Amino acid sequence: MSERLAVLKTYKLFIGGTFPRSESGRVYQVTDAKGGWLANAPLASRKDARDAVVAARKAFGGWSGATAYLRGQVLYRVAEMLEGRRGQFTAEVAAGSGLSKAKAAAEVDAAIDRWVWYAGWSDKVAQVAGGANPVAGPYFNLSTPEPTGVVAVLAPRESAFLGLVSVLAPAIVTGNTVVLVASESAPLPALSLAEVLATSDVPGGVVNVLSGRAAELGAPLAAHRDVNAIDLSGADAELARELEVAAADNLKRVLRPRPGTSWTADPGPERMLALLETKTVWHPTGSLGASGSAY
Amino acid sequence: MAHDNASAFTYAPAPESRAVVDIAPSYGLFIDGEFREAAGGKVFTTLSPATEEVLSEVAQAEAEDVDAAVRAARTAFPAWSALPGAERGKYLFRIARILQERSRELAVLETLDNGKPIRESRDADLPLVAAHFFYYAGWADKLAHAGFGPDPRPLGVAGQVIPWNFPLLMLAWKIAPALATGNTVVLKPAETTPLSALFFADVCRQAGLPRGVVNIVTGDGSTGAALVAHEGVDKVAFTGSTAVGREIARTVAGTRKKLTLELGGKGANIVFDDAPVDQAVEGIVSGIFFNQGQVCCAGSRLLVQESLHDELLDALKRRLTTLRVGDPLDKNTDVGAINSAEQLARITALARTGEAEGAERWSPACELPDSGYWFAPTLFTGVTQAHTIARDEIFGPVLSVLTFRTPDEAVAKANNTPYGLSAGIWTEKGSRILAMAARLRAGVVWANTFNKFDPTSPFGGYKESGFGREGGRHGLEAYLDV
Repeated sequence: MSERLAVLKTYKLFIGGTFPRSESGRVYQVTDAKGGWLANAPLASRKDARDAVVAARKAFGGWSGATAYLRGQVLYRVAEMLEGRRGQFTAEVAAGSGLSKAKAAAEVDAAIDRWVWYAGWSDKVAQVAGGANPVAGPYFNLSTPEPTGVVAVLAPRESAFLGLVSVLAPAIVTGNTVVLVASESAPLPALSLAEVLATSDVPGGVVNVLSGRAAELGAPLAAHRDVNAIDLSGADAELARELEVAAADNLKRVLRPRPGTSWTADPGPERMLALLETKTVWHPTGSLGASGSAY
Repeated sequence: MAHDNASAFTYAPAPESRAVVDIAPSYGLFIDGEFREAAGGKVFTTLSPATEEVLSEVAQAEAEDVDAAVRAARTAFPAWSALPGAERGKYLFRIARILQERSRELAVLETLDNGKPIRESRDADLPLVAAHFFYYAGWADKLAHAGFGPDPRPLGVAGQVIPWNFPLLMLAWKIAPALATGNTVVLKPAETTPLSALFFADVCRQAGLPRGVVNIVTGDGSTGAALVAHEGVDKVAFTGSTAVGREIARTVAGTRKKLTLELGGKGANIVFDDAPVDQAVEGIVSGIFFNQGQVCCAGSRLLVQESLHDELLDALKRRLTTLRVGDPLDKNTDVGAINSAEQLARITALARTGEAEGAERWSPACELPDSGYWFAPTLFTGVTQAHTIARDEIFGPVLSVLTFRTPDEAVAKANNTPYGLSAGIWTEKGSRILAMAARLRAGVVWANTFNKFDPTSPFGGYKESGFGREGGRHGLEAYLDV
């Protein structure tokens, strides 16, 4: 009796909640650490990147307008779905990154826990980042954080799964929508994460995942007039400089790469805060006169 | 002689004395605690825009001078950043107090060099300047409790470039948080308004501020560009036009320099048909004619609900006829001079474009002085979103009036701009205020008020109005390594 032949997965992009192939029809070979063939990943084009921005913009109003409680539950749901697929992700991370099974499992566990960590932030960050301002006059004055909008994220080249989650979750938890460019050499965990997001109540378009060349996809995203911010974690120094120059066209918020970032360390709130705007609202308080309660 | 009503209520001139300020015939650069000539020996003049009288001659700093200033700031940095926060704070408290003591002098100086009404420099600029230093003085020894970690560190040398519309106030917004957090600074004031920054150097001297902690380099755009590009600068802060802001963002790309930008705006002032009309009119006037409209957060687009349009415009025009345009030193003046011939030409050209594109132009009858740079308060009706004057920042006393029918339309029109600095909402309905405020993509939303500022209150833009916040706890972040 012959051994059963495995069913291989066709990896696809994730745009607007659907799984298209690249409009260009291109793919590239993804290999394991030893150069063995793992899969053909879509080699996304500039057009795919632009389509992803359109999808992200379309999703922004609904996602940013959702309650913080709801966004927190959706992120927690992502952790729940991942927990059930630990084995699959451990195998993909091990193969793609050349990690031992144990180390890959530890990375997947840390990534799941990171989703839980950020899920809890959804309805707390406004109290940490905002507040009442004691202005010298009869005005109610309140500053609140709001998501900046559509964020392009070049996922870290190393740490293809924990690093990926560590840049994605802080962007979306506050209501931003994201166009994510997966690690060029190890895109499979990102493409599989899209399947998890699609079944985790994350509305279509909130996260869009592209695989391909960071330089080819980074350029149109950095120059795009409808992208509000760009996280350059996955760019080398030269590409990061080029993309930062392009990003100046519409004054994107830019997160520069920080070489040597430890993805296992406590991330702190910085990545969330960097993708938030502060809105300050003034209103006159009027006056009830001089008499008041003695209490 | 019989008086008719108009002449019975005319004002006699009430000029503020300029004897309180002693402007020297020339000023050098303030570097390492001393005034010195520019290495190249070049100078330029600064004028009173109300009279075109030359006020003084100021040094033109070039790359060599900028380098000397940055080196002085670098040398001063270790000791300044190592001072206990409480001691740094005491220097800032001293500065705040001296600014209060000298506020009349500085208000007159500001009005002379900038052209803004003395009523504004005296009642808005100077009080806010002192308050800003007072506010950040108190943060200097409390940084560990500001939410940026237990021991947030300063960045180093801050290169700061500021505009001409609020010269001393923008200096305060830049220097106070930078010093409180332990940075040292090199500041370049605007080419047309260098004097109050040079007087501030003297305030630093009186306060006993250690040499090199604050350096002032005067000059034109090339001086600012040299400062921004200097390798010894760790932090760049700029307030000014979006075009220059873009250029700066390109310059600092790929460097370690932390950047904050406060740029242009095209603020929508939205008036619903249930708004208190008289208060709204005051808010519209303050929104676009305060400081001759040379305000990045000006309410330069009036969005009025269609059913209120005629009534509001009648009331607004009536109010504009009572604005007093003229001598900025006169205490009764509401609208002063445009800051420079260049700015006047820009405003004039954009207003002409408004007419050429078919909007209807209106100004109250008002006599403008013969010399100096003047532009009568102006409003355009029949403006659509396609008009240049509805899209481009004019930075002058020119209001574009558009209409809307529903709150959704108001939001769509208000947000239909690459800018996102300010917005105004006028309605008596509380829930509508909050719903609108939540949907406007702007950093500051004034509801039933406009153009209010406070050192405790974060200010700054969305989108192409820049990034980073000035004021409040948020303002500390721009100067900390976080």
